[in-house]
Amino acid sequence: MNIHELTVDSTRTAIAEKRFSASLVVEEFYKKIRAENGEINAYITFSEEQALRQAKRVDDLVAKGEPLPALAGVPIAIKDVMVTKGIRSTAGSRVLQSFIPPYDCTAVQRLQDAGAIILGKTNCDEFAMGSSNENSAYGPVRNPRDKSRVPGGSSGGSAAAVAADMAVAALGSDTGGSIRQPASFCGVVGLMPTYGRVSRYGLIAFASSLDHIGPLTKTVKDAAILLQTIAGHDPLDSTSADLPVADYAKELEKPIQGLKLGVPKEYFADGLDREVQAAIETTIQQLAQAGCEVVPISLPHTAYAVPTYYVIATAEASANLARYDGVRYGRRSAKSRTLADMYRNSRDEGFGAEVKRRILLGTYALSSGYYDAYYLKAQKVRTLLARDFEHVFQQVDAIVTPTAPTAAFKLGEKTDDPLAMYLADIYTVTADLVGIPGISVPCGQTTTGLPIGLQVLGKHFDESTILRVAHAVENLAPAH
Amino acid sequence: MKVTEKDVTYVADLANLELTEQERQNLVKDLNSILEFVDHLNELDTSNVPPMPQVSHRYDAPEKAGSTKFMRPDLHKASLPREAALQNAPDSDGTFFKVPKVIEK
Repeated sequence: MNIHELTVDSTRTAIAEKRFSASLVVEEFYKKIRAENGEINAYITFSEEQALRQAKRVDDLVAKGEPLPALAGVPIAIKDVMVTKGIRSTAGSRVLQSFIPPYDCTAVQRLQDAGAIILGKTNCDEFAMGSSNENSAYGPVRNPRDKSRVPGGSSGGSAAAVAADMAVAALGSDTGGSIRQPASFCGVVGLMPTYGRVSRYGLIAFASSLDHIGPLTKTVKDAAILLQTIAGHDPLDSTSADLPVADYAKELEKPIQGLKLGVPKEYFADGLDREVQAAIETTIQQLAQAGCEVVPISLPHTAYAVPTYYVIATAEASANLARYDGVRYGRRSAKSRTLADMYRNSRDEGFGAEVKRRILLGTYALSSGYYDAYYLKAQKVRTLLARDFEHVFQQVDAIVTPTAPTAAFKLGEKTDDPLAMYLADIYTVTADLVGIPGISVPCGQTTTGLPIGLQVLGKHFDESTILRVAHAVENLAPAH
Repeated sequence: MKVTEKDVTYVADLANLELTEQERQNLVKDLNSILEFVDHLNELDTSNVPPMPQVSHRYDAPEKAGSTKFMRPDLHKASLPREAALQNAPDSDGTFFKVPKVIEK
């Protein structure tokens, strides 16, 4: 068994055909994890005992010749912002250092119901706040493709685990680009579904109107298979959409000829690295040669997306993170005499610098006298951004752009300048604000061998089309 | 400089955050630079634009008057057993969460 070659698809098939057992797969992955995780730091917590138990269950089904569920024996890593019953869930924060959730996140539950095996919980920026994975209380993650560089964030551990063959696939979360940007930096596929497509129940909240759960995988087909498993209505999330789920893997087989692909000029302006630009433009030309119609478009409010995002996301975060007060769960400061001291000391000891910065910014934007100028203003600009896309989607089927303005940057390069860090999300935040789906797929590399990702954005609930385009890109890309 | 040290102290109080002197100074600098960037939003005339607080209401068919699309029936359902709910409590007496005394005599 060569674990480097295992995909969601091939793992299940090999187990079903008795080429190897689920238990052996799990053991091989832990072997790899033990060898590599010390340096890469992709995982915070392991669930080996439970994983071996789950594998045994799959092997028993195989031995009895019983039908196997869709993801039987597939080893998957879960970003540590999703709660897992009985497995520590930290959100990358000291606040939740010893938090053992009493229930499962719906998306994780659905994976397990389909026979998937949870290997452990992956590192991430604290409460998913960051673009480099350097804001984790459990140390930074290193990019497996170049260990002096960041893996991106905030789902950096999930992206690195897949890129370093420490899991066949992973779940991440995306609030401003946190699935797609690390996927781009680590050379894997990252899919953010439409808002409402996948339940957020059990996702530790950062910004509730922007948070999404989605897969990080080696192939587009794997992303389609995982989406199909986790998508669909959940009565436990009132924003989850009650709409039918497509057979996404089957949709990939449809031809791309005749699809109209919009290329927004605002995504190719100042700040875009030349090598990234060249790789994206070459791929777009290849898509045109493959029969797509390339349409120049404009999304005129693009430059306003990052400031809009940092008002709305921090405002929602300041409300969501008020719950960490040391009363019911999470860290409680030992040194407090009064209740008010306990709140303040627990939060002071628990939160890192970026989380404090965002809570303060969000509280400021919501405070009396500033609400209209910041929070309400940002919500109105959000409408303008949504209208940009509604207008363009009358002319095109999907939009292609770079996922990030650069390839992976060095550890420490942007840690002293929050604004520079926020601009790493410049091409991804708009889709979160508007609620449309987006996928990042590898489309080449820099001369120094760093992966470059192409982003495909689609209409609401039209994951099928962006998966199809990404699948085509995957088949174009030269082997590397 | 729009945001002063006094503003940061006031907002930190609202958010129940304790700050060291160094943190306070850094945050004055960071908040000013971020808000200067956010002020670009004022280049846009939004006087006739409605706010968009949620995605679902815009695309998942707007909720009609009297519709309960985004509402669930208010039914009595089993909740987490007390033992499980208290399992992560920093301090409890087995029935309630315990906190430092709120009212001093």
